[in-house]
Amino acid sequence: MRRRTIDFYKAFERFWHWTQAILILFLALTGFEVHGSYQFLGYRQAVLYHTTAAVAFLALIAFAVFWHFTTGEWRHYVPTRQLLRAQLEYYVAGIFRDAPHPTKKTPHSKLNPLQKLVYLGLKILVIPIMVASGLLYLFFRYPQAKGLMTLAGGRLVSIALVHTAGAFLLVAFVIAHAYLITAGETPVSNLKAMITGYEELEDHEEAAVSVAAAGD
Amino acid sequence: MRLIPLTLVAAAIFGVLLTGSLQRQTGRSDTIQDLKRIYARKHVPSVDHKKFAILQKKFSSPQEVTPACISCHTERHKEVMASTHWNWSREVYLPGRGIRDIGKKNLLNNFCIGVSSNLQGCSKCHAGYGYTDNDFDFTDARDVDCLVCHDNSGTYTKTSAGLPSPEVDLNFVAQRVGRPQRGNCGTCHFYGGGGNNVKHGDLEQALLSTSRDVDVHMGTDGADVECVVCHTARNHKMLGKMYSVSSMNQDRASCEQCHGANPHADGVINQHTVKIACQTCHIPTYAKVNETKLAWDWSTAGRLRDGKPYEVEDADDNPTYASIKGTFTWAKNVRPDCIWFNGTADHYLIGDPVQPGTPVRMNDLHGSYDDPGSKIVPVKIHRAKQIYDPETRMLIQPKLVGNRKGEGAFWQDFDWNSAAAEGMKSVGLPYSGRYDFIDTVMYWPVNHMVAPKEKAVGCVECHTQTNSRLAKLGGFYMPARDHDPIVEWSGMMAITLALAGSALHGAARIVMSRKRRAV
Repeated sequence: MRRRTIDFYKAFERFWHWTQAILILFLALTGFEVHGSYQFLGYRQAVLYHTTAAVAFLALIAFAVFWHFTTGEWRHYVPTRQLLRAQLEYYVAGIFRDAPHPTKKTPHSKLNPLQKLVYLGLKILVIPIMVASGLLYLFFRYPQAKGLMTLAGGRLVSIALVHTAGAFLLVAFVIAHAYLITAGETPVSNLKAMITGYEELEDHEEAAVSVAAAGD
Repeated sequence: MRLIPLTLVAAAIFGVLLTGSLQRQTGRSDTIQDLKRIYARKHVPSVDHKKFAILQKKFSSPQEVTPACISCHTERHKEVMASTHWNWSREVYLPGRGIRDIGKKNLLNNFCIGVSSNLQGCSKCHAGYGYTDNDFDFTDARDVDCLVCHDNSGTYTKTSAGLPSPEVDLNFVAQRVGRPQRGNCGTCHFYGGGGNNVKHGDLEQALLSTSRDVDVHMGTDGADVECVVCHTARNHKMLGKMYSVSSMNQDRASCEQCHGANPHADGVINQHTVKIACQTCHIPTYAKVNETKLAWDWSTAGRLRDGKPYEVEDADDNPTYASIKGTFTWAKNVRPDCIWFNGTADHYLIGDPVQPGTPVRMNDLHGSYDDPGSKIVPVKIHRAKQIYDPETRMLIQPKLVGNRKGEGAFWQDFDWNSAAAEGMKSVGLPYSGRYDFIDTVMYWPVNHMVAPKEKAVGCVECHTQTNSRLAKLGGFYMPARDHDPIVEWSGMMAITLALAGSALHGAARIVMSRKRRAV
């Protein structure tokens, strides 16, 4: 099996990924304080930092959207049912037997089918809902305040519940995601790749063969 | 070079933290100095009343003083006679009831209940002379008591029937009149209900000379202002409402008069002012120096020792029992209750039916989240048990004050039956001859004893699940106070599953890989 080291994760990609990771963690830390789950930074500070981090997150999203479309990276997130089952079976059974990964990372297909599905869900569902509900939460105004109407047309409660539910979901995702990092070639290879950008991959032909083999 | 993106990550996060920190470092520390310059100026009288000849002639009765005042202040008595300090009632519109003439004259309260048949004692706080019964002539200007509000000598005191105490030197007082000072207002407003701080909880004799910690406005080390600086008057009509007797949203004194609608440097705090009155955050506790009465049980009144009335006092010298009044509960440094309030109130009007088993609301403060004019305000809630007629289902106006035994006055005879009969006769309502006691409740908005800003209520005293100051208020969602059990439960479940799943999966991988190596 021929192996070679390639520049797998681009500079912006890594900047985007880690900033997003830290912002999500920071938003969770401050958000759950605003939610009353604990007292840590102080309520007023938590609100301020949460808002500021949210604005930064919006800016990051704007850059990320631009990057995904101009580079064509969005194609990595087109979902496929091919090998989805195999990937699931790998996590349920194969991984314990040290079976080979059913899908191989290539620069043309960075994500396995399960990642495609989950990340796409984050990109088009969870994060947009969090952004939308967050903006409504932020700019929600009492209907009578200087003639401003509520943007949601309803009470803050529904906005808040959606935003809270999404936050719980994101925290659960981050935990699972952080764990699954260890499911690479070696427990730290994925982490190392996302930090340095370099990924050690098998040759393309090898990958193609294994895709075919896992298909049956 | 590979790590440049990560450096940028660090830079971005630093930016977030810096921006977040800077947002709360804007301040407007000069504002308070500006306000002090405008409002805390010392009042300098423009005349010296000692120099007026008419005030030199010997006054033998208070009714001779008033014409002397009027001889210069030719129209002022008319203003006083149009005010509630004189009439003890005003015309108001009560939704669902129409236009009514109500006030201290005919409303019942939660303390000494009502003035009717008791005016001999109650009129000590009337801005007039001789208001002893319903036949008082409200058109006789000579009975206007200018001195009680304008005495600047501090020697004027009133006694029964609203007359000055016999030892008062009327000439001495008349030559020393001026703008009302704390003591003038306090002589009635501090002692309502029969003792210091009994009624309000935030208005008491300690305010005569206090520190800014107790009252940032009145403290001698604070703004050190007189009552009338905020309770401004035009033609003897003062700003300020107490909803024990007031009903309409007009002529109220407000913090905004001086501070404006958005006085905070922090925009988020300013947003709170849409729904929250200043007092809610800026008066964390009331009755900061002396105790106030929180409960009054009239049903135990009348117990005698050796045929004589007696009192029992607690460690702070406050009566916990008095034969003439019943049992009391006192408290100090009380955290106010919070309610929605739009400035309008209804009252128990004498003759209104009561529901046994349901506390009677002596005053009903209107408001709700949905009402654009409502704000959350702090209140003192005073609970009582007072006499009512189970047959007619009306609260009873008892006769308490009397000059001698045998007139039916409860404080002389200790007989509820005759007190009820005499009292109800005075208001022209029937009394069945049977009486019982019913729970009553009264709301007293708390407006004074504003704390220095560094002692204002913090976010988490309301934004918390446990013991929130706003715990009892419904109809809206408040971050940190309100949690949806389903969202919380499923959210925690998702996190637990992710953690447990990862841990178990990881453990299984480690175990299996060891097994493989062992083989």
